[in-house]
Amino acid sequence: MILVIAEQREGKLNRATWEAVAAAQQLAGGAPISVAVLGASTGGLGQELAAASVAAVLVAENAALEPYTPDAYAAAASTLIESVKPAYVLLPHTYQTRDFAPLLAARIRKPLVTDVTGINGTGADATFTRPMFQGKLAAQVKPQAGPPAIITVQIGAFRADAVQKGGAAAVKKVDLQIDPSAIRQKPEAPFREAKQAVDLGQAERIVSVGRGIKSQENIALAEKLATAMGAEIAASRPICDNGWLPMERQIGSSGQTVAPKLYVALGISGAIQHLVGMKGSRTIVAINKDAEAPIFEVADYGIVGDLFEIAPALITELEKS
Amino acid sequence: MKIAVCIKQVPTREWQPRLNDQKTWIREADISYEMNEPDAYALEEALRLRERHGGEVVVCSAGPARVQTVIREALARGADRAIHVEHDSLGAADAFVIAEALAAAMKDEAFDLVLTGLQSDDQGHGQTGVILAERLGIPSSTIIMDVRIEGSSMRVKRELEGGWFQWLAMPLPALLTIQSGINQLRYATLKGIMAAKKKEIKKASLPDGLQPSQQVVGLAVPTRSKQTQMITGSPADAAKELVRRLRDEARAL
Ligand SMILES: Cc1cc2nc3c(=O)[nH]c(=O)nc-3n(C[C@H](O)[C@H](O)[C@H](O)COP(=O)(O)OP(=O)(O)OC[C@H]3O[C@@H](n4cnc5c(N)ncnc54)[C@H](O)[C@@H]3O)c2cc1C
Ligand SMILES: Nc1ncnc2c1ncn2[C@@H]1O[C@H](COP(=O)(O)O)[C@@H](O)[C@H]1O
Repeated sequence: MILVIAEQREGKLNRATWEAVAAAQQLAGGAPISVAVLGASTGGLGQELAAASVAAVLVAENAALEPYTPDAYAAAASTLIESVKPAYVLLPHTYQTRDFAPLLAARIRKPLVTDVTGINGTGADATFTRPMFQGKLAAQVKPQAGPPAIITVQIGAFRADAVQKGGAAAVKKVDLQIDPSAIRQKPEAPFREAKQAVDLGQAERIVSVGRGIKSQENIALAEKLATAMGAEIAASRPICDNGWLPMERQIGSSGQTVAPKLYVALGISGAIQHLVGMKGSRTIVAINKDAEAPIFEVADYGIVGDLFEIAPALITELEKS
Repeated sequence: MKIAVCIKQVPTREWQPRLNDQKTWIREADISYEMNEPDAYALEEALRLRERHGGEVVVCSAGPARVQTVIREALARGADRAIHVEHDSLGAADAFVIAEALAAAMKDEAFDLVLTGLQSDDQGHGQTGVILAERLGIPSSTIIMDVRIEGSSMRVKRELEGGWFQWLAMPLPALLTIQSGINQLRYATLKGIMAAKKKEIKKASLPDGLQPSQQVVGLAVPTRSKQTQMITGSPADAAKELVRRLRDEARAL
């Protein structure tokens, strides 16, 4: 049995849940799959999940699960695991699972393999591919001391539309005991910072600058290239962390998601948290001095070289005509 | 406030990976190392909290003798003392082993607050902090962008996806995993570097019998799925060719 724990917020499934179901179907190789959905009241989500070709959908409702806290979710998940006795537990690698999956693993003393991009083999023999060293290497990992092994699946690594549908899964309610006094985090409502002045989602072209730019003074070079291309300027996270460009120009999982006609990545390595924010762009150009940089994985055009030579040459070329 | 900061020493960002002969781990001989980036932000946050609320900042690191360099750097930036769990095997150990090793060395200290980075730049498990919290028997919250101490409890600001945030209240003691960008980093001064030489680094040994929770059976440069058209030549030639293709082929300019 493989257990998938779905992610929902306010009665809506996170799309990444379907990706985790697709990963589970691949890993199962025909073995049964249960999908669990947790929440205070999960409405029609159980039925929605039952559309997948899985053995069962488990609906675990408890008032203590709303709002989300790691303590309540780890308690609920460990109870589920005890009753289902899965060989693997699969979850999408989201901010929520980053928060409670390690707690769950620590509590039940079972291995947790995070950010998995590929599954090799099925069942007990499977190994899992995950990035290491900032995506410069891919590791093949075998969990020890399961079952179950807990696996979190990288966003975008498995295709939601590859989920095999057409199951006649039974939707079952499961009872959970969660002691509300054991929940130590008291969350307030989520909010967004002050309204963003720039909406990069509307930009036709974006020149995005990363740590390869080296210093704040050099941002001017990237801005000049942006002007020559008729593009907006944007950045990877470290540039905004340093205060070299405002936060609202950050692209990636914790910033904006964009899909312009043209995205030029200047000195950006291509960490997954950056890629998820821009890989939908129509044409991607990467300029990086490291031929092995992961950004080339998503680029349509690549130039391996020093941006301090390439960018001025591009500006000259663009200003010619 | 007695604050612990867990700091990992990781290969520098410029490092080009080289594999060992079995292709199961990296060749450690030719690596230069630095402080894991989110850990530097965690350290800075600890120093700021000490400035505001008094107390001490203790650096905790698990690793071979080489990690002394990063411990000294943290002491030079202003931490008061350090605990070093030293063992050669800790350089490549997984999150469970590291967390157990740190917990054993830290539990008698009864820290009010433990800060870690949210993720390491080398193995990138994103788990060590939370497992450590559980082993220390204290609550945790992750991906933190602000910390406000209010007596025996605190309010922390958690980053969510896509520009969303959330405040939450938690009792102390607790553990937080810190996100890069929470503050602006300070660097060591000459005075700090001199002072660091006299600060205490307590050695702790690795508890016996810790079992890894996962094993790396293979390591490789990722395979590429997309056909990237690489444009070569001098900077001027490459620029000319790229602009041509962006205009004629991609119609993106
Ligand atoms: C929970 C979480 C959320 C995150 N959210 C985001 C996010 O929303 N957005 C984001 O961007 N990151 C995010 N990150 C951080 C992300 O993991 C990476 O650390 C970050 O994207 C790296 O930025 P970079 O590519 O600019 O820097 P680096 O990884 O340091 O890369 C710099 C690149 O520049 C190249 N270079 C250096 N000098 C030159 C030169 N002279 N010419 C050409 N190339 C050069 C190098 O070869 C290298 O590839 C997040 C991380 C976490 C854990
Ligand atoms: N060997 C170590 N010594 C001290 N702290 C560590 C060590 N490994 C991991 N950590 C801490 O745990 C965080 C998360 O690491 P990881 O779980 O590997 O992503 C890091 O940012 C560090 O703060």
